[in-house]
Amino acid sequence: MDKSFVSIPEARLETRFKDAKPLYSETEALTEANRCLFCYDAPCITACPTSIDIPGFIRKITTGNIRGAAQTIFRSNLLGVSTSRVCPVEELCAGACVLTERPINIGRLQRYATETALEWEENNNQKLFNAKPSNDHKVALIGAGPASLSCAAYLALNGIQPVIFEKDTIPGGLNITGIAPYKTQSTDIKNEIDWLCQFGIEIRTGVQVGRDIMTDQLLADFDAIFLGLGLGKDKRLAIPGEDSEGVWGATHLIRMIKIEKQFTLPEDLKSVIVIGGGNTAIDIARELAMLGVPNVDILYRRTILEMPGYKHEFENARRYGVRMIEYEIPDNITNDGKLILHTKHKITGEQSRFESDWIVVAIGQDRHVNELIPGLKVDGKDQVVVDPGTQLTSVPNVYAGGDCINGGKEVVNAVADGRNAAHSILQSLGLEIN
Amino acid sequence: MADLSTNMCGIASPNPFWLASGPPTNCGEQVMRAFDAGWGGAVWKTLGEPIVNVSSRLGAVDYKGNKMSGLNNIELITDRPLATNFKEIYEVKKRYPEQALIVSLMVETRKDWKEIIKRSEDAGADGLELNFGCPHGMCERGMGSSVGQEPKILKEITSWAAEFAETPVLVKLTPNISDILDPGIAAVEGGADGLSLINTIKSIIGVNLDKLVPLPTVRDKSTKGGYCGPAVKPIALHMVAELARDRRVTIPISGIGGISSWQDAAEFIALGASTIQVCTAVMHYGYRIVEDMIDGLSNYLDDMNMRSVDDLLNRAIPKFTDWGDLDLNYKVVAEIDHDKCIGCQLCYIACLDGAHQCIHTRQNSCNAYHGESDHGANPRFEIQSPLLHNEKSNIPNHVPLVDESECVGCNLCALICPVPDCISMVERTVEKKTETWNERMVKL
Repeated sequence: MDKSFVSIPEARLETRFKDAKPLYSETEALTEANRCLFCYDAPCITACPTSIDIPGFIRKITTGNIRGAAQTIFRSNLLGVSTSRVCPVEELCAGACVLTERPINIGRLQRYATETALEWEENNNQKLFNAKPSNDHKVALIGAGPASLSCAAYLALNGIQPVIFEKDTIPGGLNITGIAPYKTQSTDIKNEIDWLCQFGIEIRTGVQVGRDIMTDQLLADFDAIFLGLGLGKDKRLAIPGEDSEGVWGATHLIRMIKIEKQFTLPEDLKSVIVIGGGNTAIDIARELAMLGVPNVDILYRRTILEMPGYKHEFENARRYGVRMIEYEIPDNITNDGKLILHTKHKITGEQSRFESDWIVVAIGQDRHVNELIPGLKVDGKDQVVVDPGTQLTSVPNVYAGGDCINGGKEVVNAVADGRNAAHSILQSLGLEIN
Repeated sequence: MADLSTNMCGIASPNPFWLASGPPTNCGEQVMRAFDAGWGGAVWKTLGEPIVNVSSRLGAVDYKGNKMSGLNNIELITDRPLATNFKEIYEVKKRYPEQALIVSLMVETRKDWKEIIKRSEDAGADGLELNFGCPHGMCERGMGSSVGQEPKILKEITSWAAEFAETPVLVKLTPNISDILDPGIAAVEGGADGLSLINTIKSIIGVNLDKLVPLPTVRDKSTKGGYCGPAVKPIALHMVAELARDRRVTIPISGIGGISSWQDAAEFIALGASTIQVCTAVMHYGYRIVEDMIDGLSNYLDDMNMRSVDDLLNRAIPKFTDWGDLDLNYKVVAEIDHDKCIGCQLCYIACLDGAHQCIHTRQNSCNAYHGESDHGANPRFEIQSPLLHNEKSNIPNHVPLVDESECVGCNLCALICPVPDCISMVERTVEKKTETWNERMVKL
């Protein structure tokens, strides 16, 4: 790549993590691909938010048609590289596999096909896809996470000039700052963003819409706007003592591990309590445990059975020593040299205290749509309301997708939203879709 | 992107992938869905006098968990009225002018041939395929392979068709003969515009060992059927190549037999097939397999710097020769990649029992007789100090060693090795000059 659009420091804590599911060798890929039954109207396709023709691309792997396999994937999902590693396949495609005893490792096959094909591009100076000649249309995208990148890449391939406005200093959104480092590292996402940008995407980082540039300006200058805002800062518990030193927001701490230059954990960090029951709670708990923190407990107000985090992720976290405290509701935090979390039992009302070096709050993220665009309709949870078929919001020419409409789902949902919005935009402009 | 469009004896199609005459081309609705999926052409299921089919009709060979490596059938030609077929052919051709639509035919008398050819062409057929191949049922009535097995009769009926037809005539050959050149040349002499082969191979697919009735079973009996599918591909490749390299065969060939991937198709094209026909793989997985065949072949042609299918046509034919023209001074030996070897020792036992006793384990000295009485006690190379198979176990290193001086270069070990690129056959030619058996015989 001639020019990179993303700058990431070398010394990052995440580099200490190894790939949990490394790239298949050719033999491994062939063996696994040949197990696929090539189902018709396959359940895995239905389970995939981007509806990748999974049996189709796997069959192409079996015939050595790796570029064809990658094209099949990218036609449905241009972030096929990162989603192959980030997707909770156990809950999505592989979870729907008809081979219930031992489902096909779809994610790893997708990674094999996409990475091998991109390596071929690099080695042969060739392209799997070429953008159509540019037309005069321009689309502004707010936020540079997977939803906007997916939307922008499809638009760019179809000759539209996308311009992404990102308030952060780097693009990528949670895909670059929030994915567990044993799945992907920020450098992998950086490479993907560079690959997408070669289709003709312009990214302006450090620009906050609503402060540095106004939306009415964007509406005047661009044919359409796509909102891929994601979510805001870590939600707070709103209890006394929360501002004590050693209390972290989960996505903030993960970001530090992922991309903060020379960030390290204190050597005397012996215990951490993670508050929450979602996948972010499980992720940060496992990351801390893998980094050598001896006591990591997830404290949740309900039970394992009710937690929204995936069971397979929690099982994996347990293997690294993460434990679970159920039914405890945080009440306040005190700090007399040591942090103490005071809690109340949800059923009995009994009060308890948990001593720990750090407390990580993983109870979700704030919404920050606010009053970005006058007349933009949001629901009771402050999520942008869109028409599910077109991703169109209540404001004409304004589309939205990703976490800002669903409150925080998977990367692959954001990718699907972005692609669908791109299709709607192309359709509204009367352009042919490739 | 390479150009996949083809023109075989005047029949044009957007790509060389045709559906072979069979169940996937039984009716118009099927053929239209196939064209939508990307197939470049279709040979309509054989038309002829009305017949009655039996139930059941198909039997298959599974090999080690892989379903249907071979398929056999006792189904006959179309069991639908001719008028219905012709009406649908007309509709399909009208809606899909770009795709090739060839009609397979099988009737008895000169008058019947004249009439059915006229009706096929009136319906819009781009070409005709004379079914001289069917090895079951119809041959008992003097049609199908009973024509294909008699070059004189084949030539005569071909000449009738050539006389009556205005569109190109392909003759579909049966492999159930001793030399494919006999019927192939008879077809050329009869005036055929092209050949297609192979039709199915006469076969019994298996026996139900509980009831002691062969398969597939019709009430309490069975009969011989036509064998096809991936297992027959090598037989078909040979017959196509045998015709393609013969100077007397001046007409193009449509290759059929076990083709299920773009690689299979590319091999047929390299050995002389202008178009290829597929049936069993579609019966297994549906029309959708053509997507991979199209972009797989296209990517391959790009990689080979070939601009079109024609650039690939016949490319392997000059390299297909007789045994007597092979170089006797060429030598390869097996080489085992010690880093890739997983220690299964399948190569060792295959070489010891099934080949030439030149692979040895690290534990035992050579126990084969190589012509020297003491050899069994003294291996010909120094056995390397045994390493452990892996760090956890005490099992000694299982990576076998090749005694190059004994290796005849037969390929068996490389063929059975389960690890790709672990055993390679490397050249160790000492004599630079080539010498073939035929050259040696001339010297004598």
